[in-house]
Amino acid sequence: MQAQETPVIQMRRITKSFPGVVANDRIDLTVRRGEIHALLGENGAGKTTLMNILYGLYQPDEGDIYIRGRKVVIQGPGAAIELGIGMVHQHFMLVEPFTVAENLVLGKEPVRRGILDQKRAGEIVRELSQRYGLAVDPRAKIEDISVGMQQRVEILKALYRGAEILIMDEPTSVLTPQETTELIEVMRMLVRDGKTIIFITHKLKEVMEASDVVTVIRRGRVIDSLPTKDTTIDRLAALMVGRDVQMVVDKTEARPGRTVLDVRDLWVRDYRKTDAVKGISLQVRAGEIVGIAGVDGNGQKELVEAITGLSRAEKGSVILNGEDVTNKPPRRVTETGLAHIPQDRQKRGLVLDFDLRENLVLQSYYRHPFADKGILKPKEIDSYARRLIKAFDVRTPGPEISARSLSGGNQQKLIVAREIDRDPDLLIAAQPTRGLDVGAIEFVHRRLIRYRDSGKAVLLVSLELDEILALSDRILVIYEGRIVGELGAGEADEQKIGLLMAGIRHGEGGGGDVQKAGQTA
Amino acid sequence: MFKKPAKQLKESLLKLWELIPRWLRNILSAAVRIVLDFWRENLKVPVIAIIFGFLVGALVILAIGKNPLLAYMAIYKSVFSGMRNFSETIAYVTPLIFTGLAVAFAFRCGLFNIGAEGQVIVGMFVTGYIGFTWPHLPPVILLPLAVLGGALAGAIWSGIPGLLKARLGVHEVINTIMMNHIAFYLVNWLVSDPFKAPNYQATAPVPESIRLTKLSDLFSFEPASGHTGIFVALAAAVICYFILWRTTLGFEIRATGFNAGASKYAGVNTSRSLFMAMVISGAFAGLGGALQTLGVRYRVWEMAAFPEFGFNGIAVALIGKNHPAGVVLGAFLFGALMRSDAAIQMQADVPRQVVAIIQAAVIFFVAADEIVRWLVAKRKREVVVHD
Repeated sequence: MQAQETPVIQMRRITKSFPGVVANDRIDLTVRRGEIHALLGENGAGKTTLMNILYGLYQPDEGDIYIRGRKVVIQGPGAAIELGIGMVHQHFMLVEPFTVAENLVLGKEPVRRGILDQKRAGEIVRELSQRYGLAVDPRAKIEDISVGMQQRVEILKALYRGAEILIMDEPTSVLTPQETTELIEVMRMLVRDGKTIIFITHKLKEVMEASDVVTVIRRGRVIDSLPTKDTTIDRLAALMVGRDVQMVVDKTEARPGRTVLDVRDLWVRDYRKTDAVKGISLQVRAGEIVGIAGVDGNGQKELVEAITGLSRAEKGSVILNGEDVTNKPPRRVTETGLAHIPQDRQKRGLVLDFDLRENLVLQSYYRHPFADKGILKPKEIDSYARRLIKAFDVRTPGPEISARSLSGGNQQKLIVAREIDRDPDLLIAAQPTRGLDVGAIEFVHRRLIRYRDSGKAVLLVSLELDEILALSDRILVIYEGRIVGELGAGEADEQKIGLLMAGIRHGEGGGGDVQKAGQTA
Repeated sequence: MFKKPAKQLKESLLKLWELIPRWLRNILSAAVRIVLDFWRENLKVPVIAIIFGFLVGALVILAIGKNPLLAYMAIYKSVFSGMRNFSETIAYVTPLIFTGLAVAFAFRCGLFNIGAEGQVIVGMFVTGYIGFTWPHLPPVILLPLAVLGGALAGAIWSGIPGLLKARLGVHEVINTIMMNHIAFYLVNWLVSDPFKAPNYQATAPVPESIRLTKLSDLFSFEPASGHTGIFVALAAAVICYFILWRTTLGFEIRATGFNAGASKYAGVNTSRSLFMAMVISGAFAGLGGALQTLGVRYRVWEMAAFPEFGFNGIAVALIGKNHPAGVVLGAFLFGALMRSDAAIQMQADVPRQVVAIIQAAVIFFVAADEIVRWLVAKRKREVVVHD
């Protein structure tokens, strides 16, 4: 990297306040052309705010932005695009029923006689994907392709609009380990082509693997900015959280007891009416954590929803605490002894417009002591909520705040608090740390282990291999709706599970079906 | 210096407060709580919208070469000058509170009850029917029977679309509109053929014994249309608040309205929530119809057109932000405007249609503000999600 060249981006003393918080406090950020610059920080540290300012979504209260040495005021995303800044959002902005080509050209369509020129659009996609080595099928519909593919479309979309600087917001939060590796390859390729990449993340491993320079932000301030090769993962963790973090979870040998959950030959269909779970049988015993590893979309969601009563099982049975709860309504299953941390905390886990009190009694509002003969008891609910908020360290100004205004980590703590405090025999945790920062992950992991140690059964479903490996006493690998392997905690490693996740059985070699894991770039 | 008199004032106020009977004190403090709750949540928007609405009205009046101040004085006078005028206004406000509550209640469950109109109509008829069919029953039985009958009719009328929505997912907007027309033509036929009274385009009257007392008789001023139904309406607003925020049913209804997915996860029977929300909503509207018969019309009359209470109820709920206290405010505004459209024409020589323009402008600004807010909220949301 030529250090003498004018930096492509310079943000100087950027300050941005929202009511009650200073999101960015005199932040300086310098990014040079052709580097992968990691913006590392916990949830709520102010990374996204800073990038939203760079992308023109917010105006800074104070501070200046220089692009290629020239001072600019970025009025909106349109202005940012003109300056060659593109953004790949964490939640994709794609039109699901449209094809890849249609999505890619949307907003800047090639037109022939007033009609979208499909052929030309297809060519544009092929040219771009060849040039950057990002393989996509222009005619595939967005809803039919994997999340990793969708992300490629987002990246290509930004490139099509002439982005020289790519901002990627938590790009790996939705990817499998394999897809993450591929993404990092793509990022490398792009910088070789002269592009500049800023990626927002809280995952230390990725910072070490992918970035050239890392800037650490904590509570709205820049803590440090340094070349990645000069630092270590532990040092970054300490910088990010502001104290030493325990990266490995301490846990003792499991002492499994009676069978709490017994699933037998379960068949479940997804919303398209095709079989998503194809005859799964599994047991979870008291005092153990069983992890289900797998690439997203291999039946995990349907499995969990059928066990919890949220969707119908076509065949097979679910036995909880010795009681047959197959296709029973969710409340019945819950009362038989189930706690459930759902995969999608905003769509399933919380009523975002309810306040924290209402969310904390979402599963138990109708029971003593929160209600009596159908009348709620606000005082009881309030004091219960205050107790849980304190016990689970939910950071909030008060219990009367809406769940929407909490950060992701605190929203998750709210759900964990609600589910664990009810103290049933089985806890199903689906992606319990998705999108959380190191501190919050540590918290959730410790709680899960503590729950196990108190003699409860835990079924953990996660796309994060590290998480599965760190917590599980037994690991089941799911692939295309079937359990394709079971490994004890001792014998499992990333390599073995990774192969099973990709549908390659032992002794089959490398030529198996790897569609879902994404094509090699 | 000033502390002492302030303290004295506080003490004397407290004494005064204690003079009020306990039940009334409870009601008053509940009402104050509800209003405060509304104030905190979202009073600003409707108030600004109302001011802007009147400004637009003033511009229109200026544009046709009349004096807006004169026009607004006429409105003010026809609403507030003297008990008679105020009582006439109350007569317009009362049914609007009920229909506003009906629309707001359903909306809290994510349902759009366009059918308050039809629910009012069946409420008016059934109450009238009970009244003129058993006129000799003792009033202590007949009055509650007639009132509950009207409410039940409204509940059934909304319950049908509610059931279709909950069971089959049929959109409630279509069905409630259909039910409006069924109610309109059915009741018009009933009052003009099987139950027609001789020499009237209406049914026989309900007996005097169950007619609601006029406010003018209660507080002895010149005769005017306002009746004691307004107290029932205010009580209904309190009950509406209570159901929504103090009962498990209300909790389920609001949860379903905000996020059906999370409600299912939490074991809420969302079909039941939808159905119950529609039923209760219709009961409010039906109650409004019942009191209209008992307090104003006394007979069920043949209708030349929809009475429009239900449709205005949608606007009232919108202005009131679907909050009971807001509904009372919105109903008062709309009732006042409806009351004064004759006065504005006679006293300020401004066409009465200007009143409709003001109403429309107020609705527009409430809705427009919602758009602005929605945009702001969306941005804020993104920060939270991403950060």
